[in-house]
Amino acid sequence: MRVQEKKKQKKPAGKKLRNSGPSKVSPSIKKIREAKAHWEKRLTQSETSAPPRSVKFTTLSDMDVPLLSTPADLEAEGFDYLKDSGFPGEYPYTRGVQRNMFRGKLWTMRQFAGFASAEDTNKRFKLLLANGQTGLSTAFDMPTLMGYDADSPRGKGEVGKCGVSVSSILDMESLFQGIPLGEVTTSMTINAPAIVLLAMYFAVAEAQGVPKAKVRGTLQNDILKEYIAQKEWIYPVIPAVGLVTDTIEYCTRHYPNWNTVSISGYHIREAGATAVQELAFTLADGLAYIDSCLARGLKIDEFAPRLSFFFDVHNDFFEEIAKFRAARRIWARLMRERYQAKDPKSWMLRTHAQTAGVSLTAQQPYNNIVRVTVQALAAILGGTNSLHTNSMDETLALPTDEAVMIALRTQQIIAEESGVAHVADPFGGSYFIELLTSRVEKAALQYIHRIDEMGGMIKAIEKGFPQAEIANSAYHFQRQLETKEKVMVGVNKFQMKENKRSLNTLYIDRTVEQNQIQKLAQLRRSRPSEAHQNALRNVKESATAGQNLMEPILSAVKAHATLQEICDTLRPVFGEYRESGSF
Amino acid sequence: MANDSATLQKIRVLVAKPGLDGHDRGAKVIARALRDAGFEVIYTGLHQTPEMIVNAAVQEDVQVIGLSILSGAHNALVPEIIAGLKKDGLTDALLLVGGIIPDEDIPGLKAQGVHMVFTPGASLQEVVDYIRTHAPARA
Repeated sequence: MRVQEKKKQKKPAGKKLRNSGPSKVSPSIKKIREAKAHWEKRLTQSETSAPPRSVKFTTLSDMDVPLLSTPADLEAEGFDYLKDSGFPGEYPYTRGVQRNMFRGKLWTMRQFAGFASAEDTNKRFKLLLANGQTGLSTAFDMPTLMGYDADSPRGKGEVGKCGVSVSSILDMESLFQGIPLGEVTTSMTINAPAIVLLAMYFAVAEAQGVPKAKVRGTLQNDILKEYIAQKEWIYPVIPAVGLVTDTIEYCTRHYPNWNTVSISGYHIREAGATAVQELAFTLADGLAYIDSCLARGLKIDEFAPRLSFFFDVHNDFFEEIAKFRAARRIWARLMRERYQAKDPKSWMLRTHAQTAGVSLTAQQPYNNIVRVTVQALAAILGGTNSLHTNSMDETLALPTDEAVMIALRTQQIIAEESGVAHVADPFGGSYFIELLTSRVEKAALQYIHRIDEMGGMIKAIEKGFPQAEIANSAYHFQRQLETKEKVMVGVNKFQMKENKRSLNTLYIDRTVEQNQIQKLAQLRRSRPSEAHQNALRNVKESATAGQNLMEPILSAVKAHATLQEICDTLRPVFGEYRESGSF
Repeated sequence: MANDSATLQKIRVLVAKPGLDGHDRGAKVIARALRDAGFEVIYTGLHQTPEMIVNAAVQEDVQVIGLSILSGAHNALVPEIIAGLKKDGLTDALLLVGGIIPDEDIPGLKAQGVHMVFTPGASLQEVVDYIRTHAPARA
């Protein structure tokens, strides 16, 4: 395999120049080409005494990396500065969505947090806010993600483990106790039952007296990537996308500053996708939501400005920077050209980023601080609007207070000490980064066109296309680790004998589950039974009639109907999703 | 009992995802690696209850059961699976657990009947070799 690839990669730049370059080449580009050809001869000589360390050099996602790029390579790629890069805050937003980038406002530092009970997570939220964090981000536990209450037998042993357990509006009240919801922005990572948790959040904000226009935050609400990657689903694809559309429609009318969907590549990448697959599948998911909203009768510029994105940021520094730049450019063009959006806010891809959980190692876990720093820097240089930095212990357990604090401080050090926040898109104009941005863009567009040809992402998911592509990439990467073609320090190179892991980790004990079960029993005893039963009946009737479910679900959560009661009401109407066990 | 793969029929392995945990990257990669190593692999798919896993193991009469758990629910789910296997008489199957398992939980799992726990960083080859060496023979 290596021999084959060697042949393939020997001549990329030169060949391309002759074949696909524009017919009229400027004299200066011609000179550069000639000079480069001479330099390459001298390079060959130098390499007799310093041969390359490897037969091929690629990005983490296996894209070929040239040793050197010049203006001639950009010319050959068809790169046009004004058309392809332009200026920060202006179409096509390659260089960022704000004109003065981080000089005006730093990216939002938003650490994802959630464990055990709402009260425990509330304490972590307050700790983070007291230490300079600027936005909240909520992680829910597995039962909540799947629409089960804490007392469901299906969630046994999982309550409060991977996130916070929220079964009713009472838990949601405790979660934000003492936090003024008009003054913070809150992100909630919830998908299959997102509409229910959103209703609980809006109800709590309303009870705090916050005007609707001052409720700010982001609902992940990206069900398509659940079927593709994260696998926490309830209903089949079509009704599930209908629920997403319900929330978008409702928020467009009532909550103008709420980000309705966070179209997420993070989980797609973590499941094994390459950078290009992550980008392509995420944007294709976005297109599917847009098509659904347009079919509902919404106008593109009514809702597109409130769609947001969420990408992974992995180890390959340049590839990640290129990915963020390409993402903004592709989205802007799709929105303007395919959907005829007129509002510049519809063209802008605003994104959160999280450093790559899969890149962390259980071995020598302090090394993870360094990995996170490199990744965070790539996200910031790529122009992210918001960032979560992983804690060094997250491959072992949910993070401790100490580990979270180091992760937050990592962002603060980059922001306040490194000087990178003073400059807009400092890699713009780097021959290599512009080349890579353009190649990532082209490769992602090829995937998007393939998905278009299948009839869009919903059809592609039903065929199992993105799922199979990701599984192939995951297996390929694992093989590369086994052969040491790709390196993870401490795992397949520079290993150490460690008898015991050196970190203290957070331990969630079973009393959390017992307490949650007791709280629910109390709620079920004390609530007026008529009100919630009527509200649930109304949810069912509205669903059967194909109406927007946001208002009925709002009434149900206010009547203390639980998460699972609402989800179970909809299961017989919508059906349940099943995935075949293919690998 | 050791197996000589040349003389025995294919080792049958069930790869299972108990609980609500959706992290299936590892399970799928392992399932493929075991198949490529010449084993017969059955993958349950996601969100399986202990009972569903026991039923699948018994019906397929597997020699090896690999449980992939990254959600922290291992101490609740694994004992139920072990109890179910005992009840249904599948007592000689090699029981393996892979995923995010804290070091301090490993002795407890082993005491209950888990033969081996593979944690992050374990190589595919280690898992394959372990199964070749330890899978019980079937007539």
